Amino acid sequence: MIRRAILKALAIPGHQIPFGAREMPLPYGWGTGGIAVTAAILGPRDVLKVIDQGADDTTNAVSIRRFFARVAGIATTTRTAEASVIQTRHRIPERPLQEGQVMVFQVPMPEPLFRLEPRLAETRRLHALGDYALAQLRLYEDIAQQGEAGSAYNHPVMVAGRYLMSPSPIPGFDNPKLHMSPAIMLFGAGREKKIYAVPPWTEVRSLDFDDHPFAPVHAAQGCAFCGSTASYKDEIVADDAGGRVFVCSDTDACREGQE
Amino acid sequence: MSALLEADALHLRFGAVRALDDVAVSIWPGEVVAIVGESGSGKSTLLRVLSGQVAPDAGGVRYAGAEVHALGEAQRRRLMCTDWGYVHQNARDGLRMGVSAGGNIGERLMAAGTRHYGAIRDAAAEWMVKVELDPARMDDRPGMFSGGMQQRLQIARCLVTQPKLVFMDEPTGGLDVSVQARLLDLLRRLVGELGLAAFFLTHDIAAARLLAHRILVMRHGRVVEEGLADRVLDDPRHPYTQLLVSSVLAA
Ligand SMILES: Nc1ncnc2c1ncn2[C@@H]1O[C@H](COP(=O)(O)OP(=O)(O)OP(=O)(O)O)[C@@H](O)[C@H]1O
Ligand SMILES: [Mg+2]
Repeated sequence: MIRRAILKALAIPGHQIPFGAREMPLPYGWGTGGIAVTAAILGPRDVLKVIDQGADDTTNAVSIRRFFARVAGIATTTRTAEASVIQTRHRIPERPLQEGQVMVFQVPMPEPLFRLEPRLAETRRLHALGDYALAQLRLYEDIAQQGEAGSAYNHPVMVAGRYLMSPSPIPGFDNPKLHMSPAIMLFGAGREKKIYAVPPWTEVRSLDFDDHPFAPVHAAQGCAFCGSTASYKDEIVADDAGGRVFVCSDTDACREGQE
Repeated sequence: MSALLEADALHLRFGAVRALDDVAVSIWPGEVVAIVGESGSGKSTLLRVLSGQVAPDAGGVRYAGAEVHALGEAQRRRLMCTDWGYVHQNARDGLRMGVSAGGNIGERLMAAGTRHYGAIRDAAAEWMVKVELDPARMDDRPGMFSGGMQQRLQIARCLVTQPKLVFMDEPTGGLDVSVQARLLDLLRRLVGELGLAAFFLTHDIAAARLLAHRILVMRHGRVVEEGLADRVLDDPRHPYTQLLVSSVLAA
């Protein structure tokens, strides 16, 4: 059932496909949608990487990796370069993805129009009609009120010029990585039971205005560990005096940078 | 030249109520047609049928050569945001109260494909001036405006895409008399400047005189009298119209 939904999703880029699945013995918000998708696509030769906010070593990432190693008997890794399947929450790795790799996103809310139009039947109609004036209007309001597009996370994208899609809560910084990626991008929303996808080499554009092009923010400083200025950073408090440093959010990319 | 919109033999019942009973209407480019009648006479129902929102039980509506009720939803929506405008009696029904005045005006432009923020701001400012609102208040929400200002904002929101035909359902309905007069003046000026065709619903036949070229009088779902505005007002033929006209003169 889930595989079927994945195939449909790949055939209609950016379009949300409902799926039926049994309840999992796991609370929503822990990545049930992502786990369902990962479970549906893993083969015996796959190598799985799981990240949470860019890190491989958080409790959630470690548990999911260990779970699949045990029940599917597959190999796991923390290295982006070695992974064939990467389940993620909040980030896309810094290292450019390769053909043959699959990203699996955990999605808390699949509907990009959710905040603008609370009636789900109406959002389906708007998708069918390709009527995204509301999303554009929200963007207009953000710029008018704050001087820039406000959504630092989960900034909506147009997929293949047809469907408006939530990229899941990744930072705007990662949005450009969806565009023309050689990898397969699969999105699983457990609570809402929706799957959607971006096939390889698909046009993915962040919603913007011609005269206010989408421009993700970069951290002001380089990484305190590896020195990278190109990566996405977490800002952390470094001492009792409230001093702050920036470090790479992608722990694997940071490790590579330090080598 | 041919009629911009044409409808004939419209019938629509709500249970036992004949809301529309064999109604025929047409409107020509640049023409303002007032539809006058007491509460419950079927004015709003007629407007909703003409604008494709409610299907009649029988009869058809043609716009620019197309049968309105045979259009797909996508086509009808496109008409609604390019060729047509709809002004609600209650501004709150026609505005997004959670969105700034500028956003309200800009929405139809964005729906029509404009993706230039600066151009949208410019158009919004220009339209605020045209409806006598201060463009400096472009980023205020409609809730901060008075009733008359909200109504003018709704009109700007509707006219920004330069529609050919506007449906106005008692646009001056809930307003104070002096505010009404100012709004009617504004509508008259805009309709003239833009060469708009408009249906203008009112139960106030005096307001119809100010704005309309032609008047249709409705009662119990039927058009009981129709003619050029001056003729209907100066020489009403149907007893019901005579009653309406004399009640205005007496007032
Ligand atoms: N959706 C509906 N369901 C049932 N009856 C309706 C519906 N809409 C209108 N009616 C009835 O149809 C008749 C015409 O109503 P309509 O709203 O068109 O009148 P109107 O001339 O616009 O009145 P008003 O001046 O009060 O706005 C009324 O008897 C009304 O009760
Ligand atoms: Mg009415």
